[in-house]
Amino acid sequence: MCTVIKPGMLTTVQDRGRTGYRAFGMPVSGVMDRYAATMANILAGNEPGAAVLEMTMLGGTFRFPSETYLAVCGADMQGTLNGKKIQNWSAFYVPANSELSFGYAVNGCRSYIAFYGGIEVPEVMGSRSTYTRAGIGGFDGRALKADDVIEIGKAGEMPCAPRALSYHHLPKYGNEVRLRVIPGPQDGLFTAEGLQSLFSKSFTVSSRNDRMGVLLEGPTVEHASGADIISDALSAGAIQVPGDGHPIVMMADCQTTGGYAKIGFVIGPDLSRLAQAKAGDSVTFVECSDQEAVAALAAEKAAYEKTAVGVSHGPLGGAPVKGAAASKEV
Amino acid sequence: MSNINIVKAGEQGVVVDFGDVIEPGVNARVHRLAQLISGKMPHEILELVPTYRSLMVYFDPLRISRDALTDKIRLFLDSDAESSEKADTATVVSIPVCYGGEFGPDLEFVASHNKLSVEEVVEIHTSRAYQVYMLGFTPGFPYLGGMSDRIAAPRLAQPRVVIPAGSIGIAGSQTGIYPIQSPGGWQLIGRTPLQLFNPGSADPFLFAAGNYLRFTAIDAGTFQEILRQVESGSYKPVTGTVKQGEDAACAL
Repeated sequence: MCTVIKPGMLTTVQDRGRTGYRAFGMPVSGVMDRYAATMANILAGNEPGAAVLEMTMLGGTFRFPSETYLAVCGADMQGTLNGKKIQNWSAFYVPANSELSFGYAVNGCRSYIAFYGGIEVPEVMGSRSTYTRAGIGGFDGRALKADDVIEIGKAGEMPCAPRALSYHHLPKYGNEVRLRVIPGPQDGLFTAEGLQSLFSKSFTVSSRNDRMGVLLEGPTVEHASGADIISDALSAGAIQVPGDGHPIVMMADCQTTGGYAKIGFVIGPDLSRLAQAKAGDSVTFVECSDQEAVAALAAEKAAYEKTAVGVSHGPLGGAPVKGAAASKEV
Repeated sequence: MSNINIVKAGEQGVVVDFGDVIEPGVNARVHRLAQLISGKMPHEILELVPTYRSLMVYFDPLRISRDALTDKIRLFLDSDAESSEKADTATVVSIPVCYGGEFGPDLEFVASHNKLSVEEVVEIHTSRAYQVYMLGFTPGFPYLGGMSDRIAAPRLAQPRVVIPAGSIGIAGSQTGIYPIQSPGGWQLIGRTPLQLFNPGSADPFLFAAGNYLRFTAIDAGTFQEILRQVESGSYKPVTGTVKQGEDAACAL
């Protein structure tokens, strides 16, 4: 069990998302940064797609009346456990009556907490993800508030030795994000100059960025003859360009269909980096082939598998070293 | 089949595009392909999203290459071409609507805008079945085709902040239903007591893209009665069938 003392700016329960209902207009939702959330689950000893807490920009403060084990991955929100600094991208034991507290993100934008055993909220349409716009899923269909009590799932014998993600797998969050893009389906509706702008110029993340999409300011991307199309399907990663020429990259909570021409799709593995971008950060796009995209997906999967192997061969069965010892890298 | 384009939508999406038009026949082809694929649903295909004139096929690129998937889709298209003589039927779902009054505050405007009586607007609106081209915008929101231009009306100059779930509206020559409470600028002509979207149910949506909807006029008493049945879970939707792609005036 975990009591919310301070919820932070926007903290929601998310898992891998609510797939299977896009034909009915149901957005997928789910974690914005799949990589950080998955690594948090693996380090915590969970299934890779278990429900986690997603904190945005300003983290929360949580109280644990009983012992637990959890992992924190993603943006560095200067987390502390009972006043002592915690290691980001690691999992650790939390004794009973502890307080876990976070501040502002000093790099990146979103941080994930995975509790050993996952989060006990009811599945709605096959997912625990919160979709706040329709008030569905997660914790009562909304972001967490002070005094909410989150039930942590029951699992087998709790690990206690700390684990840290191997430095090989640590992403670097800078102020410049490079995103790989597969052109289409409507790249033919843009001028040669428009396409060139997309792939040669630098864009700026605007303050209008949320779980639905990230609006990019700066250069404009020119259409050949108008931005409107007969609405068709889209998903996270789609780069819609409305009439003003400023691209919008659709994110986890995006609608399932849209009426603006889509010049391309940011590949799935790169969306994690965009999820960690803040207003003012710069974004560049580079064209990408199917082969490169599939290789990136395979590399992402391999990183998860390697980490999972490290965790399962870790000092789980060894003598408990509650809180004291240095983290074992996995 | 040369007018069909198969294009990329990210590393896990393929769009089968049947042409740049909103047209019942084109949309019916989209739904036929969706049905053909979902009937066999190869394990590497994750999800299908039919829209006005294209079908989005989400797939797992670690299980199948785009080229192999495209070949598979072409086989489905070929088998559809062979069977196109066969008359396909679609489901028609009956939507009871209480028109006017507090449920349809803009019904009188729609009537006067078109120089019709309120009764005539209701008669025209209920006179045929509407093809659900696609769902989108909000969970369960139907984009419907086939409304008569005789009851067309412009959007509100100032959108309403809150439109109750179940509201039936007109915008331009389109008609639609708001599945969840949301803001919106459509002219509201009535409301249905049915729940279009019930996330807690095993079957969360009342209808699917490719179905047809037929509005039937009910009075306020019937509205309350059906609402009670919906809330207690005892309401059974009234459905029928119609020949796909053709005028559905006689359905139900």
